[in-house]
Amino acid sequence: MPKQLSATNDFVIKFANVNGSGSASANELFARSILRMGVPVSPRNIFPSNIQGLPTWYEVRVSADGYLGRRGGTDMIVAMNPETWKRDVAEVAPGGYLFYDSTRPLPASAFRDDLTNIGVPLTEISNANYSDPRQRQLFKNIIYVGALSALMDIDPKVIEALFAEQFKGKEALIGKNVEALNLGRDWVHQNLDADICKLKVAPADAVGNRIFMEGNAASALGCVYGGATVCAWYPITPSSSVAEAFERYCRKFRTDPETGRTKFAIIQSEDELASIGMVVGAGWNGARAFTSTSGPGVSLMSEFIGLAYFAEIPAVIINVQRGGPSTGMPTRTQQADILACAYASHGDTKHVLLFPKDPHECFDHSVAALDLADRLQTPVFVMSDLDIGMNQRICEPLKWDDSRRFDRGKVMSAEELEAGRDFGRYLDVDGDGIPWRTMPGSHPSRGAYFTRGTTKNAYARYSEEGADYLENMERLQRKFDSAKAMVPRPVQHRARGETRHGVIYFGSTAPAMDEALDRLAGEGLHVNALRLRAFPFQDMVAEFIAEHDRVFVVEQNRDAQMRMLLSNELAIDPNRLVPVLHYDGTPITARYIHGTIRDRLAQYQVVPLKRAVS
Amino acid sequence: MTYITKPKLHHPSLKRNAVGFTRRDYEGQVSTLCAGCGHDSISAAIVQACYEAAIKPHRLAKLSGIGCSSKTPTYFLGASHGFNTVHGRMPSVLTGAHLANRELIYMGVSGDGDSASIGLGQFAHVMRRGVNMVYIVMNNGVYGLTKGQFSATADKGSVAKKGAINNDAGIDLALMAILMGASFVARSFSGDKEQLVPLIKAAMSHPGAAVLDVISPCVAFNNHKGSTRSYDYVRHHNEALNRLDVITGSAPITARYEPGSMVEVEMPDGTAVRLRKNAPDYDPSDKAAALARIQEQDSAGEIATGLLYLAPGGGTLHENLNTVEAPLNRLGEADLCPGSAALESINKSLR
Repeated sequence: MPKQLSATNDFVIKFANVNGSGSASANELFARSILRMGVPVSPRNIFPSNIQGLPTWYEVRVSADGYLGRRGGTDMIVAMNPETWKRDVAEVAPGGYLFYDSTRPLPASAFRDDLTNIGVPLTEISNANYSDPRQRQLFKNIIYVGALSALMDIDPKVIEALFAEQFKGKEALIGKNVEALNLGRDWVHQNLDADICKLKVAPADAVGNRIFMEGNAASALGCVYGGATVCAWYPITPSSSVAEAFERYCRKFRTDPETGRTKFAIIQSEDELASIGMVVGAGWNGARAFTSTSGPGVSLMSEFIGLAYFAEIPAVIINVQRGGPSTGMPTRTQQADILACAYASHGDTKHVLLFPKDPHECFDHSVAALDLADRLQTPVFVMSDLDIGMNQRICEPLKWDDSRRFDRGKVMSAEELEAGRDFGRYLDVDGDGIPWRTMPGSHPSRGAYFTRGTTKNAYARYSEEGADYLENMERLQRKFDSAKAMVPRPVQHRARGETRHGVIYFGSTAPAMDEALDRLAGEGLHVNALRLRAFPFQDMVAEFIAEHDRVFVVEQNRDAQMRMLLSNELAIDPNRLVPVLHYDGTPITARYIHGTIRDRLAQYQVVPLKRAVS
Repeated sequence: MTYITKPKLHHPSLKRNAVGFTRRDYEGQVSTLCAGCGHDSISAAIVQACYEAAIKPHRLAKLSGIGCSSKTPTYFLGASHGFNTVHGRMPSVLTGAHLANRELIYMGVSGDGDSASIGLGQFAHVMRRGVNMVYIVMNNGVYGLTKGQFSATADKGSVAKKGAINNDAGIDLALMAILMGASFVARSFSGDKEQLVPLIKAAMSHPGAAVLDVISPCVAFNNHKGSTRSYDYVRHHNEALNRLDVITGSAPITARYEPGSMVEVEMPDGTAVRLRKNAPDYDPSDKAAALARIQEQDSAGEIATGLLYLAPGGGTLHENLNTVEAPLNRLGEADLCPGSAALESINKSLR
């Protein structure tokens, strides 16, 4: 018997499957059952750009401490895909576990001698109990969940309750699934030593009232609550499920119960050029509109984004980032569209970006983006990514204040026009750079104007005069500065001890960063942290950098794009910003951040506080 | 010419239409196009059609792409909101605007470069969706603003001003619109106001995608011998299949028609469209026949004009989406936001 990893509520289990085999719902069931026992989990889909037949993985991190970032490493592999067997087995940590289908004998060379092998004849059990080939496949997945639950002490009552919720109204299916679950449980109880697996799940109370949700669904729900009525989109991984969820929620909440008529319009357009065009047209005409896309879509949309910036039209773009450039890694995660979005389009352009860290913020930021787009009359990006967007994540429950009203910004009403109020579409009457607009069709003789992407004067008339152009461009800059006071503020985490070092991070890096900060602090290495939530940067970002000798900028791209944006926009010496970059397509880990920062601090000869005082 | 402003004073004796506007109320700024440009005639026809149809100017939105044609919305309907979008993408912006407020009339203005080259994709898809609009292509077969390159609608074998011969097949936007699902397709000539004005009026009454391919000679770059878009050429090769009389409201019927030579179509808004047939055998509601006839005339060197196709019915975009009657841009929190209780139950389902 090799040395065994032993852990309760703190391990990583990885399922290796073939996509299209129905494993996804079984794996989710496994993750959810642990969650229901009050133990935080963070699952991640690792999937190819393919529909059927290629390898796919589902990694579940179980963490009593509530760390939701990817940990790195695997303690147990559920090896259901012969094709990837070799690499799957190779990556398990020494002392870990190999769970496999033992129906067919495998040569000794297929195994490692430093792992505990747990073979369960899944195919044999399934084939003995089911005759339909599809059922055999699907129930084999449930059988392995049953076997694992028995090995890890997951409460079967919890899983049964999940079946009851999932198949509510289809009682026969509940029984069938419970049966399959017990086939796996019974085989383990009858054939294996109760303690063969030392990775255990014990009931805890570490989840609280948090919810378990995908970021894309949360973004979509934010667009429903934020009052978006027009959604135009073009299918692209990893953002497609935003529009699909928007449709699902709208059908539920925005369909007139009596007439069946809808209070929303969704167009799956011919390409991203058309989707952003529709959003711009709807925004110009006073409807709240959004599109969801990913990097290649943003590239295609760039011309229109410039028009919306210059003609000052509200538009919300939910960018679920993936690995670039070009088609890149369509099913892997990155934060590599920062510059492409901040400065999208030709000429001098700048755009508002929001950086959600989890589904809760995907919801809040989508709502905020719709308000900001109307208030600022400009495109606003919600910079999600595949890691947040397509994985279920534990987060704070979504909140809504019923007294909240949509901020439609500066819209001059027919009554105000009638009363003789002066209207110049690009006139800065309030000093904040934000002009007033009118809606087409609102007043019979006043307030009509011509919208164009060419230069114009404050009254929207075509003008190539240098003075008119400068006035307009400077006003747009003032408007962008005004945005600083409106966008979500950064969140600061002060280190427990004095430090001359800071770290800046954003978006999906947050859970790994939280954990890395704890680890660093545990070693007496103190670092103050600032989580950016928006661009343009508020003054406190510059102040934070000024307070520290060096500031690490942690991000998931090769070129340190956020670091570039910070040095460029805040006129900071790039040498004071130390890049910490992770961009292989996998989500960044606490191990990586912790290791990199620790090593850099050692180079700077920082003496851990613990050692200095002892 | 940009600096000349039109006097706003109206002569008190100018005739007013049913909604109290004079013809001048439908005009825009002074055109900056070349003197004699066909596009200016089309702008004038739009002004006339809107005046005659008694459209309230502020209830119409005009949108365009980029190019000489797309500049024209400044030259008509000065009291309407207008949007000069990006090259070839007017259809998507118009679609979005139409989704936001189904109550306005949407007039899209484009050119042959804008619609047949860079914007061919959006041209096709806006037809497929049945967007309720009037889509006017000011078609001159040439790029004017960039000084005389062939456009994709130029006929094969036609000659450019500097002598180059076009080797590429020309795209017939009317044919394409019929194929893509437009429900009202007409072709006309900027020099034939009698034909064009009623067609624009009928198109505005039509619920669905109405396309007018209007041949509009470019006096600067495409009005020479060897061009198939010159005034002379079009005048000599124009074969009108029919003529329209459009009667809005309760105007009395005065015209007399030979038996069998007239078809009356009533538009959903009450407008009566009478089709006077020049080609007695031509039935514009027969899609296959329309496609065949246009191609036959083209092979014979003739340009088929008039109302080429009128679909007997069919859903428009808002009907297909089953959206509420109220414009989406007027819905507020009560209609759109499900509220905190609904969110709490969503939270509950996610634990």
